[in-house]
Amino acid sequence: MSSVDTSARTFNLKSWLAEHGVDRLLFLLVPAFLAMLAFFIYPTIYGTYLSFHPMEAKSGALGNYRSFFGDTYMRNSIWNTFRIALPVSLINVFAAVPLAVRLRHRVRGKRTINTLLVIPMSLGTVLIAEGLSAYLAPNGWFNRTLLAAGIIDQPLQLLHNFWGVIISLLITGFPFAFLLTLSYISGINPKMEEAASTLGATSWQRFRYITFPLLTPGLAITFCLNFVLAFSVFPSANLLGNPAGDSHVLAVAAAQAIVNNYDYSMASAISVITGAFELAVVALVLVMRSRLYSGSTSGGKG
Amino acid sequence: MSSRKVFVKSPLGWLIWGSVAFFFINLLGVIGTVVVSSFGTEWFDGWLPSGWTTKFYTTAWHDYQVPNLLRVTLQVALAVVVISILVGTPAAYVLARRDFPGKKILMLSFLLPIMLPPITYGIPLATFIYRLNLGGTLTGVIVANTVPAIPFVILVLSPFIEQIDPKIEAAARMCGATTRQIFIKILTPLIVPGLLAAALLVLVQTVALFELTYLVSGPGSNTLVVALYYAVFASGIRPYQAISAMAVFYMLTTLFILIVALRYVNPTQMVSQARSADSK
Repeated sequence: MSSVDTSARTFNLKSWLAEHGVDRLLFLLVPAFLAMLAFFIYPTIYGTYLSFHPMEAKSGALGNYRSFFGDTYMRNSIWNTFRIALPVSLINVFAAVPLAVRLRHRVRGKRTINTLLVIPMSLGTVLIAEGLSAYLAPNGWFNRTLLAAGIIDQPLQLLHNFWGVIISLLITGFPFAFLLTLSYISGINPKMEEAASTLGATSWQRFRYITFPLLTPGLAITFCLNFVLAFSVFPSANLLGNPAGDSHVLAVAAAQAIVNNYDYSMASAISVITGAFELAVVALVLVMRSRLYSGSTSGGKG
Repeated sequence: MSSRKVFVKSPLGWLIWGSVAFFFINLLGVIGTVVVSSFGTEWFDGWLPSGWTTKFYTTAWHDYQVPNLLRVTLQVALAVVVISILVGTPAAYVLARRDFPGKKILMLSFLLPIMLPPITYGIPLATFIYRLNLGGTLTGVIVANTVPAIPFVILVLSPFIEQIDPKIEAAARMCGATTRQIFIKILTPLIVPGLLAAALLVLVQTVALFELTYLVSGPGSNTLVVALYYAVFASGIRPYQAISAMAVFYMLTTLFILIVALRYVNPTQMVSQARSADSK
């Protein structure tokens, strides 16, 4: 039919749009997109703009960044953040794997363990910090038990230093890492392991050569999200750590700039720095992940 | 399965179960310390307080204005749930069903709030909310908490919508149903479990979300968790037992919502938004 031919040759916007799935239904996206535009994208751009306009105008556009990186105390907050966030995320992910492997099938008590693990996650960092500040105190139950058992002679100093923050992030981060790993591992078809088993693979071989490679992309995401949680350690760093010393992390530095000094410009600059470092790590992990096997984990006919 | 028995007997199995037990014993210790301390008359040394009392609950209830905090917390949480469901559901539908130019970029704008620490975008957001003169108001707190809630709803709902056979909608359309009718009469009843899960998860998340509220709220618009933070941070002003009692009030609120939520959602769904973000 000739009319179809002409419309195919001359560019018809309406049919091109329809072919690419653009129609009135997309209007349903508008409210959500506008909300994100107004309260996420615009503030982020505005904050970045603000960070280049320091309160002291004469220090120039890069004034905030120069004073941040020029000050050893401020610069160290980057190292402090990484020193807490990296080990915590790694421990959480690697501790989650064996337990998730163990609980991937129907095991008695699985639902109970899952439910109990959700509790620290939903209680949140503030409550866990409040509880830990009494529990880990020199006269708290933890030290008392170790002293009574004769494991230590002196109470361990676990508060107002690096360890308090680490412990609180393990308590809130591990359940998250575990539940996420469990949901990834449940997506791996058990038939694959069964097949390996018939070929004589031991349980370690099945894990090492089948489950683990299929799980690694999921572990990368689990690591990233745990890293995000650990990167914003604000309440635990303030309540359990030493926010003036080795727990002076980026989140604390940013919050201090806004709460103590009302310096929105400096606070925005620190947010930009935090976001840049955090996204750099996430991007690095995701790039490494894209080199891994990323096919189906469901087995099936193919 | 016989393999399970072997697992439990192996040294690695004992190590794993031992670690889990160690984790839970410490968790119990943390929560137990708070509860015991809130009922104690004095607890400086020894395994337990020297006496028991409930008077600090009265102190905390009045001094921290707990009824007020509860009201604000519930108002904020419910408003955030309603707004994010109303805004997020249509978007989740389109993103689950359609492919169109620019979808990847759009998805990225929904994923970034989940991939960024809240304090990072919270500070520019708070600055913006203060500039709109909404700083310290209930509206400001609701707006701030809606930002992570909308992507959350989209990511939780998308898999639910993908499961629904598009042929059902096609059939309805053939019978002359309009888009609005399809939404109200066909899709909504089918995604009720998803909506319920999304609503409850947003509720749990909003009650516990600290950073964004902390940056935006002021006197009169503090939620329970922010008030608890201030109470702990300024410890010394009030007796520590009152702070513990305040923590128990917060804990009871969270656990109550959690118990309701766990009747309808699976624990693994608590992290499902991250999982579905990954498949995008």
